[in-house]
Amino acid sequence: MATVTSKTAYGRSASGDGAPAYPDGSPMTLEDEPLVRGNLSFHDVTELVSYHTEKKTPVGWLLAFGAAVTGLGIMGLAIAYLVWNGPGVWGLTNPVFWGWAIVNFVFWVGIGHAGTLISAVLFLFRQKWRTSINRAAEAMTLFAVACALVFPTFHVGRVWVIYYTLPIPNQMAMWPQFKSPLLWDVFAVSIYGTVSLLFWYVGLIPDLGTLRDRAARMGRTLRARILGFLALGWTGSNRHWRHYERAYLILAGLATPLVLSVHSVVSFDFAVSNVPGWHTTIFPPYFVAGAIFSGFAMVMTLMIVARKVFDLENLITLDHIEKMNIIILVTGTVVGFAYITEFFIAWYSGVTFEQYAFKNRALGPYWWAYWTMMSCNLIFPQLFWKKSFRRNLKIAFFISITTNIGMWFERFVITVTSLHRDFLPSSWDYYSPTIWDALLFLGTFGLFFTLFLLFLRFVPMVAIAEVKGVMPQADPHFYHHSGDGHGAAHELPEYQQDAYAQGGSTAPTDLDHDGIPDQPDSDDSDPSRT
Amino acid sequence: MLRAIRQRLEDRANQHVGLLAEFSDPGALVHGVEELREKGYSQLDTFSPFPIHGMDRAMGLPTSKLGFMVFGGAVTGGALAALMQWWMSAVDYAINISNKPLFAWESSIPIIFELTILFSALTAVGGMLALNGLPKPYNPLFHSDRFGRATDDAFFVHVSVRDGAFSRETTAADLRAAGAMAIEYIDHDGAALVGDDGQPERTPAEGAALQAPIVPQHTTGDI
Repeated sequence: MATVTSKTAYGRSASGDGAPAYPDGSPMTLEDEPLVRGNLSFHDVTELVSYHTEKKTPVGWLLAFGAAVTGLGIMGLAIAYLVWNGPGVWGLTNPVFWGWAIVNFVFWVGIGHAGTLISAVLFLFRQKWRTSINRAAEAMTLFAVACALVFPTFHVGRVWVIYYTLPIPNQMAMWPQFKSPLLWDVFAVSIYGTVSLLFWYVGLIPDLGTLRDRAARMGRTLRARILGFLALGWTGSNRHWRHYERAYLILAGLATPLVLSVHSVVSFDFAVSNVPGWHTTIFPPYFVAGAIFSGFAMVMTLMIVARKVFDLENLITLDHIEKMNIIILVTGTVVGFAYITEFFIAWYSGVTFEQYAFKNRALGPYWWAYWTMMSCNLIFPQLFWKKSFRRNLKIAFFISITTNIGMWFERFVITVTSLHRDFLPSSWDYYSPTIWDALLFLGTFGLFFTLFLLFLRFVPMVAIAEVKGVMPQADPHFYHHSGDGHGAAHELPEYQQDAYAQGGSTAPTDLDHDGIPDQPDSDDSDPSRT
Repeated sequence: MLRAIRQRLEDRANQHVGLLAEFSDPGALVHGVEELREKGYSQLDTFSPFPIHGMDRAMGLPTSKLGFMVFGGAVTGGALAALMQWWMSAVDYAINISNKPLFAWESSIPIIFELTILFSALTAVGGMLALNGLPKPYNPLFHSDRFGRATDDAFFVHVSVRDGAFSRETTAADLRAAGAMAIEYIDHDGAALVGDDGQPERTPAEGAALQAPIVPQHTTGDI
């Protein structure tokens, strides 16, 4: 670890361009820049976020919601037609029996990875910048998982017996086949949805308390009652925060392996089979990287619009955009590397079927899909090597859209190019979707945006309590001399107190180990750090 | 037995009867709690819009026991998943497919893993709510208008009447000495601002003095 330094005073750089700087005038690195801009107070943060759930419904929201509900209606229509006639209305035909349904399923599940990744993995890595975007990203996760579940649920054909996939006693005295990756998928995706919902709700409890108290003060009794019911009587007691923070940490620790396992299990659907182009051990990590890539792109698409529309530029700053773009660059390159590795392994394996599958993938009848995927996922994100491009909203928005397109094509390429030319050339065929494939896919966007717009309207879209917790004035030491985010010596575990001894400073003593310095009135800040 | 349960419920309901004092900022809150604990108060609670770094230590709270509960949940979930897969595929509905073993650990791992996570997560959330005594729809603190800002930008210390060191007169003075800006006595009937002697204001002028508007000192990050 670096030496303990004081970087608390957010001075301005000597050049006068307003960029944050260290006290000595040198510009701040991305890691040290303040997470909340605009010199906001705690109350300002509450106000900025809560206002959007309390104001009169804006016309723009109603228009957007109307469009989204229309999409939802299209989904209902597409599902009704599908259930009435059976999956034959889709473009599925021998040898391609996994078409758009599985492509769309993997597409949406992949998008659903960013939320939990931001909440859990970035939490464990103490990436405090996550606090501004985690709420919306988690909501996006839940809604994307809901969209994903539509496809396998209706792909089974007789949807009224979908409960056969669960270990529920039934009239045939039959149990599910636990050796099938498809069954693992049922467990993985439904448990992922459940745990994500729990995680999201636990994060919401303090903010629902905030909204409840505001509603009570405004005299909106019914609203206060509904929110009071959902807030479970939250008061912000430190005796509660203690268990709450522990629960949040544990949930983050549980969700981290879970998020990595879900797309691994989804990839087993392919990798455990014998089809050339699917039967590869690289699939789990490659799918997980792709899921993070596409999920971050979707968060970016939504956040660039939301921060503008809802005036949240001080909470979701350009630094946040830049950090997400760095993740998009890294994961996009990992995914591109996996594409190339697959080709190498196909050649190196010496298996003619594998070699043909990959040659056919890049140069066969679906070459256009392959090269769309390659350019969107590997080539375009390379723009983000340049810092000014990472901080350019137009470029970031463009790349987020192309990434979503590219990741949809990745699943299309994997699914269709491997299937359409199987082992028997006489059954080779060219797969095309029908209008009902397209309408159902379009309809799931309706479902997604309906839910997301309801979320934006009724739920605080930024985690208010968490953002307050990372502001400089949330640190108790901010009010004495050196609020650098580090505890005073007597508050640290003993192994960390060694740092004070090495620094040769006179740390306050706490000989009776009750957490209170022996002279509580003395200045407990470290003089060497001021 | 019944009496013990009733006593417990009553204790829990009365937990937040006592003096509630508002402090200006997180630093003053931590400092105030340290001072009060040196004076012997043990049933303290603090309220803040976000968890304050170092407050657990200042209040002398041990680490939450939630981790042990979750471990129990995890073991239960994993064991149940293994048992379920073994019983369903090797005992109750045994089908021989290509002479593969009816039960194998390798193919059981994904579902064991998933159910371990599910049971742990449910225990974590349920355990957190149980340890906190939530949901708790009624709390005497909600009588106080000031207290509504505890979820926005205000910081409070609460001393319960159950505290061994509690005495209405001296505790109010102790709170004031620790840096409190306004003190209220809250019971099931309502909340009333009190002076340093622990008694509610008697004249309107006194009341106005106690009601002095509070300007938080922690307004923004620039100080």
